[in-house]
This record gives sequence, structure tokens and C-alpha cells, in this order.
Amino acid sequence: MATLRSETLPVRSERDIVYVRQTVRRWAEELRFGLVDQTKIVTAASEIARNTVVYGGGGELRLEAINDDVRKGLRLTFEDKGPGIADVDLALRDGFTTGAGLGLGLGGAKRLCNEFNVDSRPGNGTRVMLLRWK
Amino acid sequence: MERIPILRMGPFLLVTIQVDMHDRLALTLQDDLTAKIASTGAKGVLIDISSLEVVDSFIGRMLANISAMASVLDAKTVVVGMQPAVAITLVELGLSLPGVRTALNVERGMDQLHRALGGTEKRGVNEPARQDAERGDIAQ
Repeated sequence: MATLRSETLPVRSERDIVYVRQTVRRWAEELRFGLVDQTKIVTAASEIARNTVVYGGGGELRLEAINDDVRKGLRLTFEDKGPGIADVDLALRDGFTTGAGLGLGLGGAKRLCNEFNVDSRPGNGTRVMLLRWK
Repeated sequence: MERIPILRMGPFLLVTIQVDMHDRLALTLQDDLTAKIASTGAKGVLIDISSLEVVDSFIGRMLANISAMASVLDAKTVVVGMQPAVAITLVELGLSLPGVRTALNVERGMDQLHRALGGTEKRGVNEPARQDAERGDIAQ
């Protein structure tokens, strides 16, 4: 897999969440994703960006346009230095939340992507990778 | 402070969301709408989201909250104009907005609100009578 280009954005405030949505939309358009696929990856990014701000205390997003031999994709990696997630499997379950949300963010975002990975340990922050192929 | 405008039209309140809302703006709209229902005694709320390209769980929850709060205040809410890609994504996300009435467009949404209001109150006084008269004219 090769990275064609990349960009890093801060994810620290509510305004940044809006900017993340707009930037991910622009990248998905440039990669010629269909409208439904665009909407899915932007929505997934919005969910994870909010987690980064609310639970992770802020962090950053790295966007990468990638390709393998046959296709192109958009990979988003959110990283924060927050308290981390004690039980990732539990956090992925619909309806589970330690905050005031609906508990749909992580599990929902996973369903909206082709590949999804959460790397987190208590005290060591959280890294969430989302990938959607075109 | 930034706000989404709320228009009053007879017994209804109309809101058109045309910007990509940050979370606090969505919460402000929720509060403003609830306050306005209470202060005007509105019987219906129509929320046009046809310009929204993304509805994530936060915005989805706001729509469900508005609908529930309005219901407690004796007003019906209809969310209209959801883009197909947004609908597909919302359901996959796990949010099917139970308890939120929807309509394809503003016109059908207004129809729903008028029907919910029924032949009672404001509508009952004038319009049915006029309709009867018109029907009478045609018959002649």
C-alpha cells in the first residue's frame, strides 16, 4: 500500500470537528468517491472527531490518500493523548457510553468504513484508524 | 451569538438548517425552539434539513430531542427533505430516528402538520366552510 499524499489537522474544538467534516468531504470528492460513500466516511469521521475532542481531550487527524494495486482509498487516523479506552470491545458495542452521548459513535463509525481499528490503552491515549476504499 | 433563525407561520414554526452546524449551535437551536414553542403556543414544528449533507449521531440526537420536547409541549415535529445518502448513512450508523416524523419535502411536511391539527381550532373556523361553499359552486 502506498500513500499518495497526506495532511494533518488539529482536532481540538467543536469548530475543528466541522473543519474535519469539510476536509474529509473535499478529499473524498477528489478521490471521486460516490455521494453515499462520501457521506459515510464524512459521518464516520465526524463521530470519531467528536470522541477525540470530548473523550480524548483533543488530538489530531492524519488524512492519507492511499492505493494498492487495484484501488484507491482514504485513510483517516485520529490520535489523542487522552485517558484511553479501558475496554475497546465494550466501547464498540452500540449503546455503550461513559459520556452523555448515544453510544453509537465507535460502533457506528466502524460500520461506515471498510477497515477500522482502535488502538488504545488506559493512560496511553487512543488511535482510531478508518479506511474506506473507493 | 450565531443562531439558526426560527420563523413563525400561523400555528407552526419553521426552521431551515442551511449551515454545517457545530455542536453548540445545534444545542442552541434545540433550546431556542423549545422556548419558542412555549412562548408562541405553536402546534407544529417543521425542520427542513435538505441542505444538510451530514447528519451524525449528535445532530440525529438533536432532532430526536426536539421532537420529544415539542411533543411534551403539545406540538408535532416533522423533519423534511433528508437527502437519500444521509438516510442511508444514518440507518447504517444505527440511528433510525424512532419517534421522529419525516416527510420527503416541505409541502408534504406541511400537509402532515395540517392534518395533525385536524379540523379543530384555527383551521376549523374558516377553511372547511369555504371549501363547502366552493364545492357548492361546482355542483351548481
